[in-house]
Amino acid sequence: MTSRFTPVLVVLAALALLPLFVTSNVALNFLKVALMLALAGTGWNLLGGYGGQFSFGHAVFFGTGAYAAAVLQVRFGINAWAAFAAGTALGGALGLAIGWLTFRAGLRGSYFALVTLAFAEVARIIASVWPLTGAGSGILIPLKVGFATLQFASRAEGYWFVLALLGLAMLLVRAIEGRRFGAQLVAVRENEDAAKALGVDVLAVKLRAITLSGAITASAGAFYAQTFLYLDAGIAYGPWISVEALLTAIVGGIGTVWGPLIGALVLQALSELGKHLGGDAPGLGLVLFGAVLILVVRFAPHGIVGLARSLRPRRLARG
Amino acid sequence: MARLLASAEHVTVRFGGLVAVNDASVPVPEGRIVGLIGPNGAGKTTLFATIAGFQRPNAGRILFGGEDITRLAPHRRAALGIARTFQIVQPFAGLTVRENIAVGAHLRHAGRAEALAAAEAVADRVGLAPLLNLPAAALTVAGRKRLELARALATEPRLLLLDEVLAGLNPSEVRDMIPVIRAIRDGGVTVLMIEHVMQAVMALAEEIHVLAEGRIIARGTPEAVARDPAVIEAYLGHGAAAHAAGGQHA
Repeated sequence: MTSRFTPVLVVLAALALLPLFVTSNVALNFLKVALMLALAGTGWNLLGGYGGQFSFGHAVFFGTGAYAAAVLQVRFGINAWAAFAAGTALGGALGLAIGWLTFRAGLRGSYFALVTLAFAEVARIIASVWPLTGAGSGILIPLKVGFATLQFASRAEGYWFVLALLGLAMLLVRAIEGRRFGAQLVAVRENEDAAKALGVDVLAVKLRAITLSGAITASAGAFYAQTFLYLDAGIAYGPWISVEALLTAIVGGIGTVWGPLIGALVLQALSELGKHLGGDAPGLGLVLFGAVLILVVRFAPHGIVGLARSLRPRRLARG
Repeated sequence: MARLLASAEHVTVRFGGLVAVNDASVPVPEGRIVGLIGPNGAGKTTLFATIAGFQRPNAGRILFGGEDITRLAPHRRAALGIARTFQIVQPFAGLTVRENIAVGAHLRHAGRAEALAAAEAVADRVGLAPLLNLPAAALTVAGRKRLELARALATEPRLLLLDEVLAGLNPSEVRDMIPVIRAIRDGGVTVLMIEHVMQAVMALAEEIHVLAEGRIIARGTPEAVARDPAVIEAYLGHGAAAHAAGGQHA
């Protein structure tokens, strides 16, 4: 039996080789942003896809990772790598805190979704008035390209860095799939009462999932900060990233390790296409995303991965 | 009497003004098959839920292995060795039969491979082995009942709570299930079963408790319970016992 990790490693290796052949800045930028969205979506997918807890507010993690990375460097002079790690950890801690408040109170389904949305909005409003986060004018990380400052000399370097993050996240998810925690997480998604009856500590499983989920999506936010070097509340905590995070997973294939990556590439391509066709008409991208979401939910509830699998029915039956 | 494995003692459960279970006590001796019967709405499932931990009683306590577990969460009780099935089957519909059972097996087996192997062994015991790769959603009613049983068994319980695992099965399916349940008991698992299918309870249970309107109205061997006038009245209505006994009052 070849390892379950092999396909993931092969695809990651192929993606790592891409910049050797693709040198266009436009293409590399496209890929870099797509992988960042895939990373944010992989965080969402762990909680929403595997655990069935739909968050509408993953911006709260993305933004916290981004702001923590920026604020720790700019205001406190902390090393960029340490700030990056701190941002990721803070996302996890915030996930645990939000999970503790919501899951312990028994919030599920649309109630959980609404509360996460509220957390993200509260964070956005705080960030837009708090001097520490630069309030309305945002925060700028001074440009200082170098290894120590985690700023990338070329687009390829940034691409490799985000690919490494995504790779780690995907391997983590794949590892979870094959462990007790993964089985219990899926059981919680499918039927909480049955899971409880079988000895699953539902609260503990959800808390673990939201902690990891928050950390993964926060690392995408920290990467955003290191790449674009500027944040404001609307970027970091804006609903756009909450939407993108869940869309990549749902369009690509919810609850699968590949979903967010495939979904992010497709959505990012659509979004570029939308810009190309509609110029800068505001909101056109969202209209396009909305249409895609409706089509996916109606015709391919398991996303592109599910569509591909249904073309090979014999494989599906083997599970 | 054998040593008690578990017991519900003077359990009362109220839902608003409705008293669903009223001062009911059910002792469950180790190694037995104990039946809990009663007309619809008698409170059987509610009493059951208090033993499994899904329902807090308003009064009374639940003992297991000599310890008071009244305030313990369901997953902690499962870890102690109490497993339940659901009257309305609750499969993990999106998972295969093997994966469903493995969730239960994971309680005692941390490793994925061991859990899957344990799941297959359990599937063998309840006759699900040929269906291991099917999605749970594709099972028939009888298959789903077996899956409920298999998942619960996979947690390697000391006490198995069966909530109408025979309901909805046709007579030949019931006949197939009876030896399965008996074999579980013979394997050292104590069984407390709620059942509507009388023929099955009479065949399986060594003692029966009868619940009506939240109260235990009779207990004893299946034969004694079946003859008990209070039981006959509870099932068939006031005056029915006399009628059955020969119609002296008619």
